[in-house]
Amino acid sequence: MNALTQLVLMRLRMLMRQPEVLFWTFIFPLVTSLVLGLAFRNDTLGPVRVAVAEGPGAQALVERLRDVPELSAELTSEASARRRLARGQLALVLLPGDVPEALVDPSQPEGRSARLLVSQALAASGEAPPSTTFKATPVSEPGNRYVDFLIPGLLGMSLMSNSLWVVAGSLVSMRGGRLLKRLAATPMRRTHFFLSFMLARSVFALVEVAFFCAFARWLFSVPMFGSYVTLTLVGLAGALCFSSVGVLVAMRARSEEAMGGLVNLVSLPMMFLSGVFFASDNFPAWLQPVIGFLPLTAINDSLRNIMLEGAGLASLGMPMLVLAAWTVLPLVLALRLFRWT
Amino acid sequence: MTHQDELAIEVRGLVKRFGDFTAVDGIDLDIRRGECVGLLGPNGAGKTTTVEILEGLQPATAGEVRLLGMRWATDAAALRERIGMTLQETRLVDQLTVEEMVRLFASFYPRPLEVEALIGLVQLGEKRHARVGKLSGGQKQRLALALALAGDPDLLFLDEPTTGLDPQSRRALWDVVAQLKARGRTVVLTTHYMDEAEVLCDRLVIIDRGRVIARGTPRDIITSLGAEQVIELEAEPAPDLERLRALDAVVGVQHHGGRVTVRVKELHVALPEVLREVAVGGGQLLHLSTRRPTLDDVFIDMTGRSLRESSEAKAA
Repeated sequence: MNALTQLVLMRLRMLMRQPEVLFWTFIFPLVTSLVLGLAFRNDTLGPVRVAVAEGPGAQALVERLRDVPELSAELTSEASARRRLARGQLALVLLPGDVPEALVDPSQPEGRSARLLVSQALAASGEAPPSTTFKATPVSEPGNRYVDFLIPGLLGMSLMSNSLWVVAGSLVSMRGGRLLKRLAATPMRRTHFFLSFMLARSVFALVEVAFFCAFARWLFSVPMFGSYVTLTLVGLAGALCFSSVGVLVAMRARSEEAMGGLVNLVSLPMMFLSGVFFASDNFPAWLQPVIGFLPLTAINDSLRNIMLEGAGLASLGMPMLVLAAWTVLPLVLALRLFRWT
Repeated sequence: MTHQDELAIEVRGLVKRFGDFTAVDGIDLDIRRGECVGLLGPNGAGKTTTVEILEGLQPATAGEVRLLGMRWATDAAALRERIGMTLQETRLVDQLTVEEMVRLFASFYPRPLEVEALIGLVQLGEKRHARVGKLSGGQKQRLALALALAGDPDLLFLDEPTTGLDPQSRRALWDVVAQLKARGRTVVLTTHYMDEAEVLCDRLVIIDRGRVIARGTPRDIITSLGAEQVIELEAEPAPDLERLRALDAVVGVQHHGGRVTVRVKELHVALPEVLREVAVGGGQLLHLSTRRPTLDDVFIDMTGRSLRESSEAKAA
């Protein structure tokens, strides 16, 4: 165990003593998330944007709402309207019918004024008493703003790309400097060596998760319905898993360029497929099983379920199994195929 | 326990091919415990490949290798605990301090030497808390040696340990190797420095193009040249080499880089004759010196090339 401790210390020191690593691990993802979060923050200025879902009588409703200067109304499909409501692009969605139904997002301050404005507009037409002109339905899934969706995905992506780049980069550089060869000639246990990369990485992941939680909470008021302990455990599992994938990526590569290409090859498809910026349900059904087996999907889905739906560890069996598989498999391969010279 | 006289290293018919290229072409070695043996030869001769096969870092294409009575195929784990080594141009972890680096390597071995002792052995005590990245080339080589010794190895491999070092660091390294020999450790080193080989090694194995071309003590190998002295001269124009070779006292003649090297048996007989040849050729003497023959002269005699030249040509 002494050797493992010393190896983990080596990794921690290597990372701590390289300021650029700290930058890419903490500052960069933080700034990225800030910028993205700000870009998608709900804008409270200008007219309140509402939409009427297509259906019988929809056009008439739009006409009426357009009479109100504080409202900007449009006609669109229900699916699109609901999606844009969830992303904070709309304050209210009106579903036409005998009694029109208004969907609002209770976490949006604009939702309230939108409801009042719409209610007044419909009442002013004088067809029915205000109380029966429409019923308001809060869209009550927690954290359904875009930034709520985005933050867990960004944490997952950050865990992935940092683990891949830091682990694979170090390994390839050690190979180039013949340090791997030198280490291979000692009685050092191979498992200890790989474990040290994973364990040291997970120490950094702890700090990363804490950072994300802090700014998600204080800057964007992203709700936290689950437990921070569960979130941290999943974050650690993710860091371990992606460090292991990082070992796999660096298994044979001799040059930093080759390694960089492989890291991109692994991480870019997952960034799109695994629901970082938009939900992976948008991809066709035949692709879904593949997406489900990707480690980033497992992490993102788990982080989102914990933060936004209060999921506990017990309900995350499947994604944890996927992560475990992606942790163990690369290590087994690396123990056989890793290039030490 | 093993007997004192047992062979530390036993190599039979070692062959290593990379595709069409044969790097090692049938090498035999017998190295006794407590011996310091130097593998000598120009770069590309197959020294490093041979040593890396011995270290278990490369598989052999053919041949038999036994270290301390064990074989890599069956006893790799046990062997790694009992050998130490320095490789050429290893970049250690720049972010660690000297002490942290030594402690890391010591942690790999079942019976390591004390970290303090290792650092003291290579005279890096003052640099204990310095980052590896800040060390000079010589200090890094000494650190590499401390790492090689971390497990208190029975068998030590040093691959060109002093290449590119300042004289002071070379001396420091030589001192450590001398101490190890005194403690009965077996040392195998590769070098293309003649003085290093002569100072450190009990026996030498000279390798060229993957084959052993000479072996024995440094003294025996030099004596095998049959020359007692070497005359070096520069003359304009140079004397006729064929006429020099014909002289009785002359063993061999070489001419390169404007300098004529004449290996002779009896200096007092040969020198006047050689000078007369210069005069006969109408040459003006620009330089004249005499010295004892070195291993380099042996190498030139056997291959027509200088050890150092061929290694420097490769480096350039």
